[in-house]
Amino acid sequence: MNDIAQTASPHKDYAGSKLGMWLFLFTEILLFGGLFLVYSVYRSMYPQDFHAAAAGLSVVLGTVNTVILLTSSLTMALSISALRRGNSRRSVLLQSATIVLGLVFLVNKYFEWSGHIHEGLYPNAPELLTRSHGEILFYGLYYVMTGLHGIHVVVGLVLIGIMLTLTMRQRITGADYVKLENAGLYWHLVDLIWIYLFPLFYLIT
Amino acid sequence: MKSSFYNTPGKHSGLLAWVLSTDHKRIGLLYLSCMTVFFLTGMTLGLLMRLELIAPGRTLMAASTYNALFTLHGVIMIFLFIIPGIPAALGNFMLPLQIGAQDVSFPRLNLLSWWFYITGAAVAITSLFTGGGAPDTGWTFYVPYSIRTGTNVSLAVFGVFLMGISSTLTGLNFVTTIHRLRAPGMSWFRMPLFVWSIYATGWVQLLATPVIAITLLMLMAERFFGVGFFDPAKGGDPILFEHLFWIYSHPAVYIMILPAMGAVSEIIPVFARRTIFGYKAIAFSSLGIALFGYLVWGHHMFTSGMSDEARMIFSLLTFLVAVPSGIKVFNWVASMYKGSIRLDTPFLYVMAFIFLFSIGGLTGLVQGALATNVHVHGTYFIVAHFHYVMFGGTAFAFFASLHYWFPKMSGRMYHEGRARVAALVLFVGFNTLYFPMFILGWQGMPRRYYDYLPQYQTGHVIATIGSWVLATGILLMVYNLLRSLKDGEKAGDNPWGGTTLEWKTTSPPPAENFEKIPEVTTGPYNYK
Repeated sequence: MNDIAQTASPHKDYAGSKLGMWLFLFTEILLFGGLFLVYSVYRSMYPQDFHAAAAGLSVVLGTVNTVILLTSSLTMALSISALRRGNSRRSVLLQSATIVLGLVFLVNKYFEWSGHIHEGLYPNAPELLTRSHGEILFYGLYYVMTGLHGIHVVVGLVLIGIMLTLTMRQRITGADYVKLENAGLYWHLVDLIWIYLFPLFYLIT
Repeated sequence: MKSSFYNTPGKHSGLLAWVLSTDHKRIGLLYLSCMTVFFLTGMTLGLLMRLELIAPGRTLMAASTYNALFTLHGVIMIFLFIIPGIPAALGNFMLPLQIGAQDVSFPRLNLLSWWFYITGAAVAITSLFTGGGAPDTGWTFYVPYSIRTGTNVSLAVFGVFLMGISSTLTGLNFVTTIHRLRAPGMSWFRMPLFVWSIYATGWVQLLATPVIAITLLMLMAERFFGVGFFDPAKGGDPILFEHLFWIYSHPAVYIMILPAMGAVSEIIPVFARRTIFGYKAIAFSSLGIALFGYLVWGHHMFTSGMSDEARMIFSLLTFLVAVPSGIKVFNWVASMYKGSIRLDTPFLYVMAFIFLFSIGGLTGLVQGALATNVHVHGTYFIVAHFHYVMFGGTAFAFFASLHYWFPKMSGRMYHEGRARVAALVLFVGFNTLYFPMFILGWQGMPRRYYDYLPQYQTGHVIATIGSWVLATGILLMVYNLLRSLKDGEKAGDNPWGGTTLEWKTTSPPPAENFEKIPEVTTGPYNYK
């Protein structure tokens, strides 16, 4: 029952693919975990400074971006269930919507960053160095953590872009959609990390 | 059977048939050949350092060159040789064979991992000749010096980052493979112990390596943008870097040693003709080491500045991690009891391993105890200790498994006489080189120093002579294996009488590993 003829064809091990993806997501969480650790150490060292620095971030922009990213996770999940029901066209639409929302998130982020840079609040800036130690570290963490998250958003968008092409070429179908599902898992991770970044930087003031 | 995987190149030919192959056996051999080159390079650097230290004062090179040499020796031996070491080279080759699979779960990811490894290695080596010159921070890249030095630390760190990705992906691949691709009938407790050790290692690779990745990224952010995480002038804390570094780098020690222990657990039953004693104890102790290994990183920092409570807890946990290691050693020795022992080369190396690893492990406890740690911290004692564990432990197990699996990988037998002589020379050279370091360290010789007081010279001279003997042994071993590739006798499929699955296929195996996927009905070491 297990001779080569049967198993030599490219095997599809869905459970294996998803297991691999979940393990990869663990490593991503640990990657950010290092930064969350540094954040918590410095927050406990400089609670007052962190409090003051957080007031400089725009809660409105942060909230808007949170809503955008959460919505994009929804469209991603819907695109998978659409494909599962065999509706490839709707899946393509929903994947495109995810990409658009992701791009809007990045544009927002761009304006937010350039605003701070304009105020002279970026690592090693003369203006920032006149501030207290905790504020310097707060902004250092802000740029590194949202920056690394931003890179993950870009990677996610490229990934979904590839999935979109594959879906349009009928390489991802309702019968074989594990790639899309894994891309979706990755996108949810990007979302999940933001859900922690948002309160830590914007809300806890 | 003529169609070994060597004759089945796949889509490409020539060198491309290797560097673009997704066959786990070819990828394993790619790692093996690269690692051999890096190992010999690292060894040459070590020889040069020892030569410099044969007399006090300047002998051969400037102090700054010496600093670059010990950094390179560390980076090459740790990140390019011993971390990929047994899992990436021999694990890649043997893991699918041992569980009766045709390949790993993600063959293309496996190839990508090798490309990450070789690119990382290339980047690290480029850092020597470009920018501000070869890094001189030591392999630990401690801040604040690593932020302030003008040498090419950023590029070297980026190389290490890439190799970290390679290691993580390899771990991911192996864990998934072991979960998904075991042959019918191979339950968890019928897996060979080498597979168990690769499994535990895979988890450590997955859960620890991302921490070094982010730490190195932070170091780069520090150097490029002056973010201030580790800069006291901006409120940062340099000790935090040490914590983050060792949160990875201590578990990394178990990435290095666990597969070695697994290989030893394979070799002992075969050459003692006994089933392994305490199979489950050995399997679970691998997981125990992987688990406890996370919680002991603070013992690298007893003198860096930490609260007494933290130091006592780290010290206690360090002692606890010795328990599963001890379980393994006792089980190995017990497995030989009443065995019909064959003193072939793999077994000679394994005995050397047990002896050297025990010395390395027990001297580790000397450092795990707080009071003695203060005395020996940062001395040659620690240099001797980790060479006993890493070289005497991991590398000797690597040599053992290299000889053990040589006939399976090449289809030929190495020259037994030369191999035994090499093993003996290696053993003598190793102890001559590193044992005096225990004494030097106890007397107060600090590690990484370019110069020393005259009273340490005897020890240094003995160690340097030992380094020549050791290098001779290594060269003899490498020569023997390379020559046997060409004119060794045909080995046959199962020259050792092994009972694990890799011996049930041809030597070398066909591209698909098995003509028929084997059905497993018994445990792995089916002796009396």
